[in-house]
Amino acid sequence: MAEKSILRLALSSRNLIIGLALSLVFVIAGLLSFLWTPYDVTMLDIPSRFQTPSAAHWLGTDHFGRDILSMIMVGARTSIAVALVAVGIGMGLGVPLGLAAAARKDSLLDDLIMRGNDLVFAFPSLLIAILITAVFGPSALNAIIAIGVFNIPVFARLVRGAALSLWTLDYVLSARVAGKGAARISFEHILPNVANLLIVQGTIQFSLGILAEASLSYVGLGAQPPIPSWGRMLADSQTMISLAPHMALFPGLAIVLTVLGLNLAGDGLRDLFDPKLRKART
Amino acid sequence: MLIYALKRLRSLVLSLLVASVVIFAVIEVVPGDPAAFMLGINAQEDTIAALREELGLNLSVYQRYFNWVGGLLSGDFGISYTYRSPVAEIVTERLWVSLPLAAYALSLTVLLAFPAGILAASRRGSVTDLSVMGFTQLGVAIPNFWFAMLMVLAFAINLRWFSAGGFPGWDEGFWISMKSLTLPAIALALPQASILARVMRSSLLDTLGEDYVRTCRAKGLSKAQALWRHALRNALIPVLTIIGLQFSFLLAGAIIIENVFFLPGLGRLVFQSISQRDLIVVESVVMLLVFAVILVNFAVDIAYALVDPRLRRGR
Repeated sequence: MAEKSILRLALSSRNLIIGLALSLVFVIAGLLSFLWTPYDVTMLDIPSRFQTPSAAHWLGTDHFGRDILSMIMVGARTSIAVALVAVGIGMGLGVPLGLAAAARKDSLLDDLIMRGNDLVFAFPSLLIAILITAVFGPSALNAIIAIGVFNIPVFARLVRGAALSLWTLDYVLSARVAGKGAARISFEHILPNVANLLIVQGTIQFSLGILAEASLSYVGLGAQPPIPSWGRMLADSQTMISLAPHMALFPGLAIVLTVLGLNLAGDGLRDLFDPKLRKART
Repeated sequence: MLIYALKRLRSLVLSLLVASVVIFAVIEVVPGDPAAFMLGINAQEDTIAALREELGLNLSVYQRYFNWVGGLLSGDFGISYTYRSPVAEIVTERLWVSLPLAAYALSLTVLLAFPAGILAASRRGSVTDLSVMGFTQLGVAIPNFWFAMLMVLAFAINLRWFSAGGFPGWDEGFWISMKSLTLPAIALALPQASILARVMRSSLLDTLGEDYVRTCRAKGLSKAQALWRHALRNALIPVLTIIGLQFSFLLAGAIIIENVFFLPGLGRLVFQSISQRDLIVVESVVMLLVFAVILVNFAVDIAYALVDPRLRRGR
């Protein structure tokens, strides 16, 4: 399919456009926060605490008088960085494992990898996080590890499933006849053909990562103060929710809109990459 | 079928064995000296030595592991360092909150998801379908603890229909206790109901496109008759699988929600134990939850094979 028509299809996908736009708002806000925020998030301004949204503080201030918009901007980079690195860990380890399992189907290696996956799946992701943080202490890094570990079997299973059907195709057989080894075939022929699936699943895991990071930070197992994070902002707002509901409203909306954006983008990408759907449209 | 069940049983036992090794290693081996870890950096040497003795840490790692597993199998989870009472007793007490909460949330999940999924599938492409899908998309994106906080603001603080948190205990009466579990159960159910409604819709749409449904329609059955009498029953197979898996998610997901509502369940126990560095309790509760997840997965596999003979033959 020509690149031009894929671009045209992408532009005509409402889900993809809205999803990417929503996600980009928060990505840009996070990146911008490295250079500029309306106020310094480490500066306490007690006389200005609990201010409702105004021209000076668009989203109001918290119990220490900190600007909520600035905190959401800095929180965006925490959430996005944790989720992104966790997806990277999942892909970085899960994809080679899935490729190896498919290349050596029904071997001991395949069995070991798949049973290992089953085992990680048996641990609810939150429990992995709790286990890790109970022993190593709460931090953003441990949250990344905890979320990343759970991503590994997701990508391993996905890649193995897709790769198994690709291994039976003629062009892979030709590569084998030409003398290419399993590792080379996996990376040169299988991997490029599962890339679409990986992008779609990566988007979904990214959104789940944002939710997981928010949950961990909310219970104090994620990023630690003074680093602002959306989950911690919500935890701080809980006891003051009747006094300053805006403290709970805006960080929550930031999470919802980012996750919604990523999910919509994932749906849009899946539609775009689905050959059946593409054929139906063209 | 028996061979299939035995194979799954072997896999269950193996998973439990490996899970126990992993949990034991992470909790009791990785921190170095668990006694020193539990007592913190300011602890005296003799206090650490006394705790080491009490916890049996002077034994070899293997002996400790087998003692722990043996204890778990006989229902002896050890003595909590903080509560100074048997972990099994504490856990059983907390289960009386966590299990009903998970069951309540699961019932709400089904009650919300079934009508929504069926409605959306039966009116595919309509405004109803789009609305249901829109709501489910939103439901999946909302963090359940934030939704819980908004419900507390609306229904506990402003309208005063429910309490903002806490659990009176089953001795105070069934309805009062259920009322205090209602907001947590709704918060837990929302994302799961959204997922289940989407599965229900897509499964029903797949079934409605099958030849036998078309034959039913050709023989004169109305769309509703074909859906209720033929398509729905077959569409339920993947839905039931998801429901089974969701129960374990609800049990584990309650860890966060119990903290929002200050419910004295397993989740709150885990966090209290982490902050008090009571590793014995953390270890046992995590193992118990993993056991529940593995057991539910096993039950789902068996149930699936019972209703779908292709699966057990295929394996």
